[in-house]
Amino acid sequence: MAEPTSATRRYHPLLELTRTRVLEFVREPEAVFWVFVFPVLLALALGIAFRSKPAERARVAIVSEGATPGTSALIQQLREAPDLQVQVLDLQAANQALRRGNVDVVVNLGAGGGVMTGPVIYRYDPGRTEGRAAELAVDDVLQRALGRRDAIATVQETATERGGRYIDFLIPGLVGLNLMGSGMWGIGFSVVVARTRKLLKRFAATPMQRSHYLASFALSRLLFLSLEVAAVVGFGWAIFGVEVHGSLLDLALVALLGALSFAGIGLLVAARPRTVEAVSGWMNLVMLPMWLLSGTFFSYERFPQIFLPFIRALPLTALNDALRSVMNDGANLATNGLPLLILAAWGLVSFLVAVRIFRWQ
Amino acid sequence: MSEDLFPTPAPVSRGPVAADGVALRCRGLVKRYADVVAVAGLDLEVREGECFGLLGPNGAGKTTTLEILEGLIEPDDGLVEVLGHRWGTGEDRALRQRLGTQLQETQLAEKLTVAETVRLFRSFYRRGRAVEDVIRLAGLEEKRRARVGKLSGGQKQRLALACALVPDPDLLFLDEPTTGLDPQARLRVWELVEHFRASGGTVLLTTHYMEEAAHLCDRVAVVDHGKIIAQGSPEELVASLGAQQILEFRTASELPAGELEALPGICGVQTKNGSYVLCIERIGAALPALLVELQRRGVELESLQTHQATLEDVFVNLTGRALRDG
Repeated sequence: MAEPTSATRRYHPLLELTRTRVLEFVREPEAVFWVFVFPVLLALALGIAFRSKPAERARVAIVSEGATPGTSALIQQLREAPDLQVQVLDLQAANQALRRGNVDVVVNLGAGGGVMTGPVIYRYDPGRTEGRAAELAVDDVLQRALGRRDAIATVQETATERGGRYIDFLIPGLVGLNLMGSGMWGIGFSVVVARTRKLLKRFAATPMQRSHYLASFALSRLLFLSLEVAAVVGFGWAIFGVEVHGSLLDLALVALLGALSFAGIGLLVAARPRTVEAVSGWMNLVMLPMWLLSGTFFSYERFPQIFLPFIRALPLTALNDALRSVMNDGANLATNGLPLLILAAWGLVSFLVAVRIFRWQ
Repeated sequence: MSEDLFPTPAPVSRGPVAADGVALRCRGLVKRYADVVAVAGLDLEVREGECFGLLGPNGAGKTTTLEILEGLIEPDDGLVEVLGHRWGTGEDRALRQRLGTQLQETQLAEKLTVAETVRLFRSFYRRGRAVEDVIRLAGLEEKRRARVGKLSGGQKQRLALACALVPDPDLLFLDEPTTGLDPQARLRVWELVEHFRASGGTVLLTTHYMEEAAHLCDRVAVVDHGKIIAQGSPEELVASLGAQQILEFRTASELPAGELEALPGICGVQTKNGSYVLCIERIGAALPALLVELQRRGVELESLQTHQATLEDVFVNLTGRALRDG
């Protein structure tokens, strides 16, 4: 007969907790979708929407009221210029087209009685870079046609810088965003669901070390982390040719620190709430500002200067900066000391506070 | 318990759990919440190897008491000693190694299987039963690969019990172990508890089913409004009524209840929701006399029933309320 009491411990509690956490995650199809499929779909959609296009021709409206047989030769030359797309409209229609953004510049040739007397009037919106560029292009053609000579010969070389496309900017940001989302949701939800189901209380009634329970979240995140990062980075590389210019090891270490940091923050957000609704509210409160501010979809440098120190202190900003620095600029960890320090501080402080205030029932 | 159901050998015999043979003791236990006093000065002593039941309606303070004893809630006042130890003296985790717990509302993770769940709980304990062993004991071998979410209520409850039994505890806490189960499932849970008892383990359980208390418990404490209002073996408590039978009847018009007590063989009269409840010492004398009395008064009988006195009647007698009324 078998001895029913096994004197030795066969399973390590931390490993068992981590194992069950992983099993629970992979058995939740919705979670798998949000962590692995959603960011890839997002990258695909944004990559297509903001793909690099060949330089567009400046759209020019010439006011018909000033057009005479004397100006038609000029208009013909403008039409033949390769950078320009020219149409002749009456003044009202031309201004309306400008207002709607259908043309970049309105040109009034200012001709009277068939003779060019000037001044030529350019009308454009200085807030749109296309307007200024179109004005310069039209002016160049007109001035040459009327006899201006170049003072010195020029040659235009065009180059597309490595890592300078929008998708190159976007992919590291999506990696960061994904690390934040899966860390926060993955931990916040599990903890609060376990609390509402009184499972935390049941665990508290066992000799389980409470730190093991909390650490199992960090461990299970590590397992998924590599898959998550690989999914987005691999997708960017395969579909859009987004390269990792720094070392993969550095990328892995930055992602690791980011994942641990958001695991700590997720644990903190989930430390007290008793309901899933409450924790969802807190999660959104914490994450939404970072979605907007932390430079995932556009550079945070666009915000006013005085906000930048605060924005840079956000964990997602620090993570995005470090990821971009490694992926796009090929930098190493040493040059990313500050963002990595910010990440580590957020994670550590959150974890320590979470452990102190954690509600087990 | 049949040998076919549980071929597992009994666990190795236990040593004494506490020096004085008292597995669990509390005195003057008080727990207040914002607007209610859940436990109002409760004393309790559970002896080693006995099955002790806290019987009372919902909201009587049974669960709060149990969770204080389990070290999950801190009492506002009072002394608690579990297996000779007090909570919060630096030995909590060592003490928890020796306790098995089933909480009232715990829902185990639905996405895990039976075997994964038991294995997880096994990993928390230094010593205990083998995982397969406990699964067999709980009669869940065929479900060992089934997800917890797919189990029936009775199977879930047996799994909760398996998780409580996996450390092979000295003391087992069960909070309403069969609430919401059908009679068949209840019977299987009872068998599990009896099996644990047979190995010498001590049990403290709460219930609002008097049949459960009568069936499982050596001693019962009747709890109401956070206090123990009666205590003893189920037989003693029933005997304290002084009644063999309970007779309940309803009439078309009212009777002066007090005058019924003068009838032979009757030891007590209560009115409850318009019907009369009589404690009967000798049914042979009491019933004919009652019928004659009703006829003499010209009162028409609407219904009449008698049953053996039970713990339920003890509770009604003590509180004037039924257990299920809460």
